[in-house]
Amino acid sequence: MKEFFAMGGYAWYVWGSYGITALVVAAEVVAVKARGRRAREEARLTAPDSLSAATGGSL
Amino acid sequence: MASLNWFRYASPATFYPVAGRMIPWFAAAAAVLAAIGAWIGLGIAPTDFQQGEAYRIIFIHVPAAWMSMFVYLVMAAWSAMALGFNTRLSAMMAQSLAPSGALMTFIALLTGSLWGRPTWGTYWAWDARMTSELILLFLYLGVIALRNAIDDPRRADRACAVLSLVGAINVPIIYYSVKWWNTLHQGASVSVGAAPKMAATMLAGMLIMAFAAWFYTIAVSLMRVRAIMLERERGSAWVCALPEIKSS
Repeated sequence: MKEFFAMGGYAWYVWGSYGITALVVAAEVVAVKARGRRAREEARLTAPDSLSAATGGSL
Repeated sequence: MASLNWFRYASPATFYPVAGRMIPWFAAAAAVLAAIGAWIGLGIAPTDFQQGEAYRIIFIHVPAAWMSMFVYLVMAAWSAMALGFNTRLSAMMAQSLAPSGALMTFIALLTGSLWGRPTWGTYWAWDARMTSELILLFLYLGVIALRNAIDDPRRADRACAVLSLVGAINVPIIYYSVKWWNTLHQGASVSVGAAPKMAATMLAGMLIMAFAAWFYTIAVSLMRVRAIMLERERGSAWVCALPEIKSS
């Protein structure tokens, strides 16, 4: 097991590659999900019934 | 001809729910394939007799580098369609692919650098392939920045489409750079029309990772394009009629 993590002395290069890749991929997924949530929220605010609710039915 | 109208799917209103149903499948396939690929790449594949364990980086590096070029070509194709047919969905697809392509390019450069240090003795060199791949990253970032600089989305679509198409010339340069210029980066070990120059398990791990990268990119760019559709078409009848928008 220890040998596996040592990667023949190349631990930083191998685990660094896999680790940083996993991190940036996870960051992209989180960012895209947040963008989707934001877009849905803004779309809800622009929808006519939410407008009319906000203005007391005058729109 | 009358029975199937492909342009029907070119409408965001039709494509939005279809994309939503496809995302979980692509995401699940990507996760499963990435797990299998990493397991083969880190555990099963034999140690390389010249590079030792450092070569295990290629299971990420090569698929990411392939994707970085392929995504650019797909983005350029959507851009050409957006310019030619003036379809909204094509422009949105092109817009959605740019960040994913930039990410794949970044991963390819980063892992290449981490592989180069133990293997070549340097993190970076101004080698033909590395330089042209770096230009690819700048092209992606340029397309993203250009869009952010133009307020009118339809004008931004056209400007980004032109830049994407002009930049497409860089992709064959990256691909053939190892043949045209004899600099540091080695030639291809796997190419179309030639037997791969590596062990079967290594090849299997790399191809599985390549498919994982494909499905991942499809899933993420579909998620992003759905957000883009809502951003750009909010207030329109079809967006207001969506169950997740209407409910509040």
